[in-house]
Amino acid sequence: MDQTADCGRELIRTLSLVDNISESEKEKIRDQIVKDIYWLAEKIANESVSKEQIKTDWGEKADDILTSKYMGFPIMLVMLGGVFWLTIAGANIPSAFLAEGLFWFEGRLNELFMWANAPQWLQGILVSGVYRTMAWVVSVMLPPMAIFFPIFTLLEDAGYLPRVAFNLDNFFRRSGAHGKQALTMSMGFGCNAAGVIATRIIESPREKLIAIITNSFVPCNGRFPTLIVLASIFMGTVVSETYSSFVAAAIVVALVLAGISITLLVSWILSKTVLKGVPSSFTLELPPYRKPQLGRILVRSFIDRTLFVLGRAVMVAAPAGLIVWVFANIGIKGMSLLDYAANLLNPFAVLIGLDGVILLAFILGLPANEIVIPIMVMGYLSTGAMLEPDSVSVLRDILVNNGWTWLTALATMSFSLLHFPCGTTLLTIRKETGSMKWAVFTFFSTTAVAIIVNFIVVQLIHLFL
Amino acid sequence: MLLSNLPLKNSGKIIGLTAKGEQRRRLLDLGLIPGTTVMAKRKSPSGAPIAYLIRGTILALRKEETDLVEISP
Repeated sequence: MDQTADCGRELIRTLSLVDNISESEKEKIRDQIVKDIYWLAEKIANESVSKEQIKTDWGEKADDILTSKYMGFPIMLVMLGGVFWLTIAGANIPSAFLAEGLFWFEGRLNELFMWANAPQWLQGILVSGVYRTMAWVVSVMLPPMAIFFPIFTLLEDAGYLPRVAFNLDNFFRRSGAHGKQALTMSMGFGCNAAGVIATRIIESPREKLIAIITNSFVPCNGRFPTLIVLASIFMGTVVSETYSSFVAAAIVVALVLAGISITLLVSWILSKTVLKGVPSSFTLELPPYRKPQLGRILVRSFIDRTLFVLGRAVMVAAPAGLIVWVFANIGIKGMSLLDYAANLLNPFAVLIGLDGVILLAFILGLPANEIVIPIMVMGYLSTGAMLEPDSVSVLRDILVNNGWTWLTALATMSFSLLHFPCGTTLLTIRKETGSMKWAVFTFFSTTAVAIIVNFIVVQLIHLFL
Repeated sequence: MLLSNLPLKNSGKIIGLTAKGEQRRRLLDLGLIPGTTVMAKRKSPSGAPIAYLIRGTILALRKEETDLVEISP
């Protein structure tokens, strides 16, 4: 079989060298080669593979429901909401627990430094800078990731994702995009850099670029914690505690849907302007459903994804924490560099519903979106009262003390959803497209979208409230 | 008759492809070769694409592709 295929390829190569055979003749020969390969494969399969008669085809029954006209979309929505709700509701307690433990350890570290008579600045840099940022990242990110990744891997393993692509294809087709963009977009929920690499499955260069540029409009796991934390502390508290995780989950779902709508809209604009063209061929296999292998899922999602993403976050958080601490504590005429930068950004930031510190946190968070909230908190704490953020609920007090309202939270979530992708993703874009041009283009186009959307939303709300 | 006109739950046999070049090769590679039985399995809730049962696998194809496949019912 392998030999036959090789022979076929060899033959095509030889034929392409022969000039005096007409194009239609060549086509006929190619057709015959493929036909022969299939004929041989069929013959071998019939001789050696025996099929068991299956009484009920569960996969077919599942597809009847999961891709049905009336149930297909509601089920997708419920699945998405369910995953977020489980993540939010489940992450609360371990998050608080971890934060308590890690900040207890910070106290011990401080004692150690005092006992060793270490200079004040060293203690500041290492404990308040490096350690505290890392502790924040771990306590805020680890629990949601440890819940989200296994559930997502479960859906992936069972074969649900191709059904999502099948359900959504028509929208992508109308946007002039490739149906497989639904798959690379789903991959983006895990990590946008991974989503960009996944666009290799899209053959046409035009549609591949569209998928690459719009990939970061779905929140990756570096941004989910930000969205989840802000949704639960600002939006969830409007209702009684029993329902707060539902409200928070609903808000994250709404944000994700907004992100998908913007993905489609920007894809459409791109395919009408910079990347003009007609959609190329689309074929998608709907593989049979498989029984997920739980053990493998846990190992794969925890080691390959959770630890990988967390490891990267911690690696980036440590130096970033150091730099931010230095920025917050070195100053000219009693004003820190961080305050200078924040004040400089503030007038513009206010227009899009943020403040200088938030915008600065997004800019300093370019290496990894995970550290945006820790930087923000550090920015606030370095200026205001030295609160010890010993649990996640204290985060709310810190933010409210610095003038946050639900609108600030909404604007921050929207900006987080739409702004420039992280440094890793930008580098991946450069690598995948082979030029710096598209990385720069993605950086500016996504940021422009974020600014425009934020400006419109914030100004409209100001107008009506 | 074109594959795109095949009603849901019906089957047909491929007679030929009118696709050219790269696209023709892709469809052939997926097993859409003359003589193959194709069954229109299901439609996406958004109206398109349609999933076909071809050689034991289920393939979703857009209308742009199925317009290029001729079948006999």
